[in-house]
Amino acid sequence: MSFAVRSAVVRFGDTLALDDVSLQVEPGSVVAVVGGDGAGKTTLLRSLVGQVQLERGQVDAPPPQAIGYMPATAGSWPSLSVAQNMDFVGGIYGLSGDALASRRDELLDRASLLHSVGRLASQLSGGMRRKLGFSMAMLHNPPLLVLDEPSTGIDPVSRVDLWRLVSEAAAAGAAVVMSTTYLDEAERAASLLALDGGRTLAHGTLQQVLDSFDGTVARTPTPHRPAWAWRRGREYHEYWPTTADVPLDAVVVTPDLEDVVITLSLLKRRDKEPAS
Amino acid sequence: MRAMIVKEFRELRRDRRTLAMLIAMPLLLLVIFGYAANFEVKTVKAAVVGPQATQFAATLPSSFFDVTVTKPADNQADAERLLQDRTVNVAIVTGAKPVLALVDGSNLFASQSIVSVLNKAGDRVSTRILFNPELKTSWVMIPAIIGLILTFIGTIVTSIGLVRERETGTLEQLAVMPIKPSTVILGKISPYFLVASIDMTIITGLGMLLFGVPFNGNAFVFMLGAALFLFVVLGLGVFISTVSHTAGQAIQTAFMFLLPQILLSGVIFPLDSMAAGVRWIGYLLPLTYFTMISQGVMLRGASLASLWLPFLMLTVMAVVVFSGATLRFRRDLAPGRRRHRGTVALEPATERATGQAGTEARRGS
Repeated sequence: MSFAVRSAVVRFGDTLALDDVSLQVEPGSVVAVVGGDGAGKTTLLRSLVGQVQLERGQVDAPPPQAIGYMPATAGSWPSLSVAQNMDFVGGIYGLSGDALASRRDELLDRASLLHSVGRLASQLSGGMRRKLGFSMAMLHNPPLLVLDEPSTGIDPVSRVDLWRLVSEAAAAGAAVVMSTTYLDEAERAASLLALDGGRTLAHGTLQQVLDSFDGTVARTPTPHRPAWAWRRGREYHEYWPTTADVPLDAVVVTPDLEDVVITLSLLKRRDKEPAS
Repeated sequence: MRAMIVKEFRELRRDRRTLAMLIAMPLLLLVIFGYAANFEVKTVKAAVVGPQATQFAATLPSSFFDVTVTKPADNQADAERLLQDRTVNVAIVTGAKPVLALVDGSNLFASQSIVSVLNKAGDRVSTRILFNPELKTSWVMIPAIIGLILTFIGTIVTSIGLVRERETGTLEQLAVMPIKPSTVILGKISPYFLVASIDMTIITGLGMLLFGVPFNGNAFVFMLGAALFLFVVLGLGVFISTVSHTAGQAIQTAFMFLLPQILLSGVIFPLDSMAAGVRWIGYLLPLTYFTMISQGVMLRGASLASLWLPFLMLTVMAVVVFSGATLRFRRDLAPGRRRHRGTVALEPATERATGQAGTEARRGS
């Protein structure tokens, strides 16, 4: 059974936070929701877990007992120890005794937190706190796992660890929805949904998103139209409607996800403004 | 320097609650407490019993004594019961010479005024003060202070505890878990309830030990009143947490609830002496009723039956405050959750009432 948010419209006062956005996730797969700040990622995830009321649209989600949720704040109680955080969540989901202890130790071991069970959550590093939050969300083995920016603000090694945990959860059959600002993470997901200003920029598998891109991206040391260029390393990438428009000193490149998402954002923001 | 001042003004302009406290509160305090701050007791309720009750009642200055009970057939025991139940502030027993005036010492300012007036009668009246013979302020204040401390724990500490969940983002985590808002609230307040109960026991014990405050009544009645009062103030704490986003806001708001309780509940200024315009505020405050119970039980040995009014008021307040707090908390915790057949369908709020939501939702999908 898949879980979905269909044609969701969410408004906070005068702000349209989600405008006809849909998302679907299958068991055993990871869907990445990507976008910049204010794109609507958190609102979409909160809609899926029942924390935001839709103005229009529908959510197909399991009951709360079957949802594992990790908020952007990591969701652990700072004045409880690692073990106490896990025990509290286990208690809420009806786990106790040996079943809780073995599941807790298994998850903490996989998250490399077994040696820190007695430490307060407030004393953990950012990466460790995220891994604890993930372990708490996974404790009751939920069919739907929703992770709000699990890797934001943590070091690369912890990101790798987290991705391993996410992959293992999906491999075990969970439907995983995670938001991220890192496009390389989105590339690893089974499918992705790119948002900007509450609207869908692109969705589908990585290949589908790349294939749907209409236009040309060229590499150039100096942007010809700064409004349509973005820095990539020491050079710039610049969007052109067709290959014929590309200046002679620029080199056409195969656009990757970053190029596609940035270009779609620029196109969306400038909407009907001519590209050249 | 200029940039700093401008920045402060801009921040202050957006912090409506602080701004309200800075501008509106002083004006409100001046007006309310100006009318409330009055120790002078102008009239007292009196009972006259015994064979010459009717005749003696006629001789009492009506400008001070509001004679509400005149019963020639009643005796001293009946008069004491009237005082114990706080039906009157003074009960005069006729039939002997001099007549005996029994004064309720648990009402400090009223009894001081009564004694002062009766002393002018000279040998005609013999005065005896019951429940607080030496008119000690501590005897009257300590039962009320117990309520103040419970109010402090209930409102400030509880609201901060819940707001902290919001600040650390764990409230969001709780919201997604399969746990009812009422369970969250009860789970949160239980430790505070226990701590407040222990505090209450210690303060009561210390008050009795250090200041010799008597405990003349039934401990069960006292505990029942304290438990009801605790529910009200803990509910207030939960309510405050639902209208606050930070611990600072919670403290500010709790302070706004706390200050009137201190000054208008009769703990410091007698309710009867307040102007009618502010006295009604006192009758809306839970501490007013807890003080009636604590002073009644501890000093006068009042029974549950005679304290029915404060018990009823606290029960009504507990139900109203707790229901309101739970409803607000529920709105915070689960704004869009609606269960059916194992799925959660989030549908248009405006269309729910008309039954069109499902149709619209299906159309959208």
